[in-house]
Amino acid sequence: MIISRRQRVLASLTAPAYLWLALTIFLPLSAMLYFSFLTVAPVGGRESSFTLAHYRAFFTKEVYWYNAWRSFELAFYVTTFCVVLAYPAAYALTHYIKGRWREALFLLVVLPFWSNALVRTFSWTMVLRGDVGLLFTYPAIVIGLVHAYLPYAILTIYVSLEAIEQSLTEAARSLGASPLAAFLRVTLPLSLPGVFAGAILIFVPVTGSFMEPRILGGKNAMMLGPIIENQFTAVFNWPLGAALSFIMLAIMLLMLAAGAPFFARYLRQG
Amino acid sequence: MNSFCKAWLGLVLAFLYLPILVMMVMAFNQSALYEFPFTFDLVWFKALISNERLLQASLNSVWIALANTVIATTLGTLAALAFARYEFRGKTLLQLLLLPPITIPWLIIGTAMLIFFFWSGIGRGLHAILLGHVALSLPYVIVVVGAQLKNYGPQLEEAAATLGASPVEAFWRVSLPLIAPGIAAAAAFAFAVSFDQFVISYFLAPPGISTLPVEIYTSIRKGFTPEINAISTIILFVSMGLMLLVARNYRFGGNRK
Repeated sequence: MIISRRQRVLASLTAPAYLWLALTIFLPLSAMLYFSFLTVAPVGGRESSFTLAHYRAFFTKEVYWYNAWRSFELAFYVTTFCVVLAYPAAYALTHYIKGRWREALFLLVVLPFWSNALVRTFSWTMVLRGDVGLLFTYPAIVIGLVHAYLPYAILTIYVSLEAIEQSLTEAARSLGASPLAAFLRVTLPLSLPGVFAGAILIFVPVTGSFMEPRILGGKNAMMLGPIIENQFTAVFNWPLGAALSFIMLAIMLLMLAAGAPFFARYLRQG
Repeated sequence: MNSFCKAWLGLVLAFLYLPILVMMVMAFNQSALYEFPFTFDLVWFKALISNERLLQASLNSVWIALANTVIATTLGTLAALAFARYEFRGKTLLQLLLLPPITIPWLIIGTAMLIFFFWSGIGRGLHAILLGHVALSLPYVIVVVGAQLKNYGPQLEEAAATLGASPVEAFWRVSLPLIAPGIAAAAAFAFAVSFDQFVISYFLAPPGISTLPVEIYTSIRKGFTPEINAISTIILFVSMGLMLLVARNYRFGGNRK
């Protein structure tokens, strides 16, 4: 087989990055999948054999499925709050603020996003402690996570609102629609792709969060993320942690797949 | 609607910055128990200088972030060039493969790395952390540089080739200067991704070795230490300053005004 010059160039351009990704992402994920079917981690000369026990444990032991539910419930709250808080803010940025002010305020919105998430979570312990009395409660976890992910929602909604032709709303208005009707029937539907994109970008990492619940939630941190972390840092039951991780991924994929047709419909319209 | 939305935006901004400001104020407060009245003091910043663990962790973080920036920017730019200049089979697949590192929760990626690195003999440590950080930075670099490359078609390189330049020369002297702002932005992103990364480092750091975020997390779990406010204030200034610099020189999407 003759390897053309073109193929050599292509391989040398893409191979370094993708070999790196193979070693650090795809092989580890495969190893994790393999481990999730083992009785014990095959390290340090230990004998292990095939088992489905860890997957079975998730469905039979309440501590796992119930806390998994709590993780998804938390993600639902955080996502909802983010979208509700972000929409009017993004609308103000695209419709009522112009020029340099818009640029400056937009920058202010996305700036915290590029600062350390751990530090920002820690900063909430300063605010919520003492007389406020919210530290180590469930609302504290929600507040910290909304704070962490709100810029995502503002960003994606901003982008989709900005892409809408102003003339469409004007057309609706000239045909007799009230401002509210024009918003509800023209602007809102056209901005939904941005809302969905933001929601997905928030929902997935929040489900897998463990640092924020641990720092802000105290005893309320009992959820799937912290439980998985425990298997690797305290209990050292890697196969169980691996199985729980894949169950979490599988549920996320199922939810994405369920939402995809809906999402695709709006993308086509937009 | 106008004033309602503007007021809402104001509240959202207040919400975003309130805790950060409170933390920064506390970093300059003399009281170790965050008590008022506020007394300005640099005592916590001075305490940092004698905190060997935090200093060592900070050095580790900076070195890893720098190495990560060089490696991820180089490898990512090469891959972005392949995507922008060539049509080939499997291109879509390669682009789709960039999604897992940025969409799968870090908890899962980090623990998967822990399992594989431990099992394969790569082990834990600063080298393992660097391996992980580059993987997380690569997709960002490829997307940011790729966006910049889209603005400049292959025509200029072709023109250079007609005038007798070799492909390498054409890239080096024509394309590279044009996409330099994109590469600089990508490098800043890569630095920020690594410098702020906690989860991956947390799982890959063996006892006794840590990066700044890992060290901060350990301190927070142990109890309140006002030094953390001081170092956090410094970190926020570094990373936000970096992003302001990027924003000044690079408009996302590449259309510079």
